[in-house]
Amino acid sequence: MANELTTPGYDIPREIEHQVTITRLDQIYNWSRKNSLWPMMFGLACCAIEMICTAASRFDFSRFGMEVMRPSPRQADVMIVSGTVTKKMIPQIVRLYNQMPEPKYVIAMGACASGGGPFKEGYNVVSGVDKFIPVDVYIPGCPPTPQALLNGLIALQKKIDTQSLSTVPWYRKGEIEPVPVPVLGPDLIDLRKSVQIKEYSAQRAAGLQDQPAVEGQQI
Amino acid sequence: MAEQTILQEPVDIAAHFPESVNQDTRSGFHGWVVRTGDLVQFATTLRDEFGYDYLSSVTGVDNYPQDQMEVIYHAYKTSGGPGVEFKVQVGREDPVVPSLVSLYPGAEFQEREIWDLFGIRFEGHPDLRRILMWEGFAGHPLRKDWKEPYFEEELKPFKSRWPDGHVVRAEEKNPFQDNLEYPPGFDPDEWTPQAEEALYKGLSQSRIPPDPELKTDTLIVNLGPQHPSTHGVFRMAVALDGETVVGLKPVMGYMHRNHEKIGERNTFLGNMPFTDRLDYITSMSNNFAYAITIEKLLNVKPPERTEYIRVIMAELTRINSHLVAIGFLLNDLGAFFTPALYGLAERELILDIFEATSGSRMMCNYFRFGGLARDLPDGVLQKIKDLVYERLPRKVEEFNTYLVNNEIVRTRCQGVGVLTREQAIAYSTAGPILRASGVAYDVRRAEPYSIYDRFDFDIPVRQNGDIFDRFLVRMDEIVQSIRIIQQAVQDIPEGPIMTGKSQYSVRVPAGESYGRVEGPKGELGFYVISTGKTNPWRYHVRAPSFINLTSLAPMSLGNKVADVVVILGSVDIVLGEVDR
Repeated sequence: MANELTTPGYDIPREIEHQVTITRLDQIYNWSRKNSLWPMMFGLACCAIEMICTAASRFDFSRFGMEVMRPSPRQADVMIVSGTVTKKMIPQIVRLYNQMPEPKYVIAMGACASGGGPFKEGYNVVSGVDKFIPVDVYIPGCPPTPQALLNGLIALQKKIDTQSLSTVPWYRKGEIEPVPVPVLGPDLIDLRKSVQIKEYSAQRAAGLQDQPAVEGQQI
Repeated sequence: MAEQTILQEPVDIAAHFPESVNQDTRSGFHGWVVRTGDLVQFATTLRDEFGYDYLSSVTGVDNYPQDQMEVIYHAYKTSGGPGVEFKVQVGREDPVVPSLVSLYPGAEFQEREIWDLFGIRFEGHPDLRRILMWEGFAGHPLRKDWKEPYFEEELKPFKSRWPDGHVVRAEEKNPFQDNLEYPPGFDPDEWTPQAEEALYKGLSQSRIPPDPELKTDTLIVNLGPQHPSTHGVFRMAVALDGETVVGLKPVMGYMHRNHEKIGERNTFLGNMPFTDRLDYITSMSNNFAYAITIEKLLNVKPPERTEYIRVIMAELTRINSHLVAIGFLLNDLGAFFTPALYGLAERELILDIFEATSGSRMMCNYFRFGGLARDLPDGVLQKIKDLVYERLPRKVEEFNTYLVNNEIVRTRCQGVGVLTREQAIAYSTAGPILRASGVAYDVRRAEPYSIYDRFDFDIPVRQNGDIFDRFLVRMDEIVQSIRIIQQAVQDIPEGPIMTGKSQYSVRVPAGESYGRVEGPKGELGFYVISTGKTNPWRYHVRAPSFINLTSLAPMSLGNKVADVVVILGSVDIVLGEVDR
């Protein structure tokens, strides 16, 4: 991209060469966005330590324009979900996601954030953050090495490069609906599924559901 | 080996209570079974007459299908020596046990955890709420008849995976295609989330009485769970009078990933990689504690070379953890990231050694029962020598020069967040916090394990019990760890690294075992019950970070809100271990 900017392939008068460039709006827009991604300073579990290592001197992701970690979601472009997402934490994560201004991206870092990981069977574990919020890049590993995280961030940059102002959702008409914040009930309640939950529970109460997924929980 | 650490105690304890205390006679079990009604009296005698002033661990066991639950206590003397184990047994239907919080305040969070996960109520507990799950959650998950939504089979390896290998995604068996389950007849529209009234009510109770002359309001501020200075997803509800903290309640469980429930389905060896993820900065120490616990049950002893490698790795872990702790403590003080970067730079060198030996930077999964996964590769010993003879001593000097006499560090840390000696013991704090309050208690000395009795090292102790002393104790411990490694790399013999054959599925004799090591954060213990099968019946982690947090409120009250952040930094918690 930098090369394209210095040699755009158009005739530019010699005296203003390297000072003026001709490019497409999409290209310059994406170029500036992808090289100044501000991650949210937000760590969940083990992966957060590797995220810190990626920010530290040896791996240093400021080389890619990402060193400005923002503790506030209002100032962040990318949420790196670094660790196990639990049912108790997911309402906060959804809320943080809703508070991020568009354009916003989500990276699921590590096995837990991508799909539950080694703790998937746990009763308090959400099987991947993508059950609630859209994810742009998944990074495998437990935890992913800093190199893997860098690779994921570069993959995100590549994704940004393919976007176009004319198709991105945040310049369309109308508001973007926030993700409904899940509620903590007897188990996690996803408000988008409340009809289904109600029906299923009523069926079970009436004894229609002969084979519940698990045996009744005794208190 | 098993004899040294078995928790048997002078018979005269039982003589005090001829009727209410009996020896646990089940094969492989030890300790005293105390009649529920006499528990408080027994514990009082134990503490005041026999000197067991330190209640290390409290945990529950569900003996389903027998109609019996147990609460198991491990108490020690801060002067050292083996501990005493006692337990009470209650029925499974609405069990009630008297609370020991008034005697040992350090039991507060542990009793709440047992209420949360087992449903055992503690009579007389000042604030019995759920701690890891939320109020309103259905059921008590560690009861053996409670099944999680993704429940497949009681024990691993699941038949669907091995030997047949017909894996179905867990989602496909669940009606919601997700990790969810609701009680019959549940209607989400009718549900009102149980607000955190109980939490805030408790907060107002713990207020320091306000100044009668000035009329002021107290303000409740929630720090976390998403807050850059809470070291993860930890939350503190703080009541403020102006800038002064007048009430504080830690709220946790945001990273509760059901370590113990999963651990009771896993095979014994299958738990080893899970222990890595407890305190994810110190995976080698966690491996160490778990390996010791199971080795006690198996009655095996690792070969000499293994013992040395274990000690080297555990001490490198301690340096690693303290570097992170010190770096982020300075971060909390406002020296934003520069000291942390210096700490992390050294940490990378230690991680290189871990990666070379175990294959992973953080999740080492390196220890096995009676041995290690593999020997040290070529050249690593030389790297360790370079580190402990050349690089680290110089770096410690550098840290000392820039930090210890730094005026800002001293003003912010000295006399802030004080925990007295008595408080430190009563609140069952462990590790650097306990030692910064003037208690020379270190499991490596108090009850030596592995080969720690062979090395020449000091237990750093400081007297003031403030943030600065905790910082200094960690600095001193880095120096002592370097000393231990220096001796170990000199003496390390050649030889095998495994006793017997390494095997996937270990059959562990029936019985119980409590193994503990001095981890970087304090006493890390594992309590395991085996029924003679390939999976543990009970698998409990005595997590130092979790129990150390009990003392956060007494340390913080009366300080300014900005100091609370630093006090939390000086406790040095890792959320993976707090919430498990």
